[in-house]
Amino acid sequence: MPVPSLFDIMGPIMIGPSSSHTAGAARLGKMAYKLAGGDIRRVVMYLHGSFAATYRGHGTDKALLAGLLNLNPSDERLRDSFQIAAEKGISYEFIPTDLGENVHPNTVRFVITDSRGETFEIMGSSIGGGQVVVSEIDGMEVNFTGERPIIITAHQDTPGVLSHITTLLFERDINIGDMRVTRSREDKSAHMYIELDSLCGQDLTAAIRCIPGITRVKLLLPIEESDVPGKENP
Amino acid sequence: MNASEILTACCKDSLLLSTFALRHETEQNGISEAVIRNRFDRMLTVMETSAAEARQNPVRSVSGLTGGDAFLYEQYRSASLLGETVSLAVACALSCSEINASMGKIVACPTAGSCGIVPAAVLAVSSSKGLDREKQINALLCAGLVGQIIGEHACLAGAQGGCQAECGSASAMAAAAVVELLGGSPEQSFDAAAIAIKNSLGLVCDPVAGLVEIPCIKRNVGGVVNALSAADLALAGIHSRIPFDDTVDALNRVGRQLPTSLRETAMGGLATTAAGIQLAEQIKQ
Ligand code: SF4
Repeated sequence: MPVPSLFDIMGPIMIGPSSSHTAGAARLGKMAYKLAGGDIRRVVMYLHGSFAATYRGHGTDKALLAGLLNLNPSDERLRDSFQIAAEKGISYEFIPTDLGENVHPNTVRFVITDSRGETFEIMGSSIGGGQVVVSEIDGMEVNFTGERPIIITAHQDTPGVLSHITTLLFERDINIGDMRVTRSREDKSAHMYIELDSLCGQDLTAAIRCIPGITRVKLLLPIEESDVPGKENP
Repeated sequence: MNASEILTACCKDSLLLSTFALRHETEQNGISEAVIRNRFDRMLTVMETSAAEARQNPVRSVSGLTGGDAFLYEQYRSASLLGETVSLAVACALSCSEINASMGKIVACPTAGSCGIVPAAVLAVSSSKGLDREKQINALLCAGLVGQIIGEHACLAGAQGGCQAECGSASAMAAAAVVELLGGSPEQSFDAAAIAIKNSLGLVCDPVAGLVEIPCIKRNVGGVVNALSAADLALAGIHSRIPFDDTVDALNRVGRQLPTSLRETAMGGLATTAAGIQLAEQIKQ
């Protein structure tokens, strides 16, 4: 292993008892919150592996929900998240399950319903030391660690949509780090995941939304400094 | 980066380990010394709170399996066998670990499971010797440096190397920190760290019900007492016959030889004793 940073050893400042089961879980919840654009009415969390086995004792359930309420992993209100969710009228459920053989032992699948009744799904894992990775968004394989911005779209599978989007990025001088498209034959719909090398503004998502055939756009900005365990603001 | 290289550098420019740690971090990651100190200052504040809270008011863990021991011990402490400094360290270690298990705020150092050892050693020694905040921050920097070497050449996670990698490493970090805190040399810090590792080698990770509670909370007590005695030996001028870098190598090899059942899976050791199994059953209901 390369020399770890001093802050990999000392810190993060976090809510216990476990960096992967509690701090990482809160971070995953927060990523799901951002992907949902902050609009969450109901969430079902399917817990896999060690998350399924120890979620109550490690407070994984409270931490996941706290993240979905936009709380940071070092926020002491983490342990009160059930109550805070109830006050906000957000309903939630935890279902221990088996998400498959090759799935990381600390994995959760969120099924989120927003205020318009639309649902979407996010799967992510807590990979140790509070670090997390989102591996699936609405059935699409991704690899989002919160370091670079991503854009996710849902669109009709017709020619031109993709080039339209890449042109918009080119005009803004934004480089694409990674890009994936998945399509469904049945309803001629497609999803796209684009990882950007540099920041972009909401005007870009607005412009993408205007492209004919686009049905949904989401922009996920990098998790700010203050959200990273151990790097919180004073 | 290993201890012998660091000692050569420290000897050449007559540096403290904490100064070396600051400079190294600045060079590697471009963070200014002021920012590093500032972040460590914030960690120290969290450590102070978590080391005190559960002594003043009993707390219970999320599972309900543990809690209340830091409070109990604090009540008893004036009659302790161990004297003021060591008994205070024991109490602080219990408090940090119980705060962790109750979903309170702690500083992982190096991990959440071993979060009581470094703060307990540094805070108890500083309190009994009346040492200022700057010295305490230096001690934490020194602890961090020792952890960096272990992280590079072995590992710091129970799932990888057993509890010797978590509580053992924390012990070594704390021992070196206490030596610097009390004015010992960098060489003495590494002697202390080596002795602490030697006394934790082989410690398995076997948490009951897979939770960071039993035996973790009490292993933080063992860890800090180990650290303080190792520091004491080094300050007396006693050397470790096996140098620190070699003890880290042993830690690494022993960690790899530990079976999976003794690396955080709750499939061996205390977790699979009759009482361990029963406690695990109890919280399922
Ligand atoms: S027994 Fe395992 S979980 Fe507990 S402190 Fe040690 S390494 Fe961490």
